[in-house]
Amino acid sequence: MTFALVIEWLIKGLVLVLILLGGFAYLTLYERKALARIQVRIGPNRAGPWGILQPIADAIKLIFKEELTPARSDKLLFILAPVITLVPALVITAVVPWGPTLTVFGHKLTLYIADINVGVLYIMSVASISVYGIVLAGWSSNNKYAMMGGMRSSAQMISYEIALGLSFVSAIMLAGSMRMLDIVAAQKNLWFVLLQPVGTAIFLIATLAEVNRPPFDMPEAEQELTAGYHAEYSGMKFALLFMAEYDKMIAISMIGATLFFGGYREFWFLSNTVFSVDRTPWLGPVYLFVKLVILLFGMIWVRATFPRIRYDRLMAFGWKVLLPLSLAVVFITGVGIILAEQINPLWMWGIPAVSLLVGVFAIAMIDRELRRKDYARR
Amino acid sequence: MRVVEPVVELGRGLWTTLRSMFEKPVTIQYPEQKRPVRPRFRGRHVLKRYENGLEKCIGCALCAAACPADAIFVESAENTDQERYSPGERYASTYEINMLRCIYCGFCEDACPTEAIVLGDNYELSFTDRRQAIYPKEMLLEGMTTGVKPTPQKTEPGVYMRSVPEMKDPAD
Repeated sequence: MTFALVIEWLIKGLVLVLILLGGFAYLTLYERKALARIQVRIGPNRAGPWGILQPIADAIKLIFKEELTPARSDKLLFILAPVITLVPALVITAVVPWGPTLTVFGHKLTLYIADINVGVLYIMSVASISVYGIVLAGWSSNNKYAMMGGMRSSAQMISYEIALGLSFVSAIMLAGSMRMLDIVAAQKNLWFVLLQPVGTAIFLIATLAEVNRPPFDMPEAEQELTAGYHAEYSGMKFALLFMAEYDKMIAISMIGATLFFGGYREFWFLSNTVFSVDRTPWLGPVYLFVKLVILLFGMIWVRATFPRIRYDRLMAFGWKVLLPLSLAVVFITGVGIILAEQINPLWMWGIPAVSLLVGVFAIAMIDRELRRKDYARR
Repeated sequence: MRVVEPVVELGRGLWTTLRSMFEKPVTIQYPEQKRPVRPRFRGRHVLKRYENGLEKCIGCALCAAACPADAIFVESAENTDQERYSPGERYASTYEINMLRCIYCGFCEDACPTEAIVLGDNYELSFTDRRQAIYPKEMLLEGMTTGVKPTPQKTEPGVYMRSVPEMKDPAD
């Protein structure tokens, strides 16, 4: 029994890692295709039908490329840094459930690797580790641009992690649990995006900064820092950093889908039908995948649309706007939950209402701040 | 307090990019699908022939003199009625263009008294070696159309005395 359990864990872990590694490859293709369509191009279509072999061609190219190690670099850290960046991006998804419990040949199969009762806390702590990899990559390269990229990255990720963590808190409070399965179960009737739209917005914005996606891709701003922290990396080591970046995108989208968009649960218009996960449990991973693709498209879409934000504006936005706003959102959520428990469950709808008011106020304050500077210049 | 406008501006940006997703791609799938070149496009050179198959080039090397990149090399030899390549006294026994030097300015076209050299439509020049970049006369010379005798031809004496054709309309 125990041995069978170990085998099951091993298989599940292997499947998850393989999905993430294959997912990285095809995410690059997805991004290139989507970006190309937005730019009225076709995108890669030479390697295989519709370019589906393009990631394999890229991988082969990267494997056979020459690997350079800069002179007077810290060799050990230089080799270790991509690993430190990649591993958290892979292990972070261990607590994300992909579906409800399946029964396969009379054996109960749980579709997650670990069921930790502090799942969200685990995500937060593991997500922070990958900053080390980026900072070390920048520092060990013995290159000032890489160094600056690494420093920017650490400052940016630490700043936005606070807003990200506080946006997690609202989901935790609404579910009353840090366990990912409980959070998904609590969204059976109502996704948290409806109960806490501002928290979700903060999450989505902070996510872009956490995974260094445009318009917050300061650590690898090509025009200012050549390529940022991975300027000196080549070959497979560069591929690992690249992979970490895209796996972080996948992981954070999975987490976002789980925390705010109902996880593996069906879309609202499919509840109480045959397509509900309660009736057909194997649809759980499918729904999660669909949500993942939509969220990833959002990231690609934002990349295609908005220009990069200036670095001081980025930090100011993180500390002066997102942090107070997320604190306010946490406060509103807490008060709303207490009111709903003590007085009337309808008070629950006070949470989105007041949060949206605060969000609107925040937008007005940002606009006023930017306009006042405009006025002073004239 | 402006609230709606900033959000609308962001949304408009996103809408623009989303809308462009549904436009027809402008991509031309190059090797399979080629865009026709413009009428005055200056591509790879072609050495023209007359209708009877004789070469228009008379080996005067005016193109080489006009070439600002010094890409053309011409060596001429005497025509005889037994072995006639072009009308008149002389023909180009060697005609080479270094495609790595050529800047496709078209001055050679302008300099040519017989309109022998013309910059054609072909822009697919690729070589794997510097030596391959020097195009000899055999590559530049226009192909033979059917029913035309190749050069050198055996001609009647006294027919092809003029190397530069007579102008039909001097104002042209």
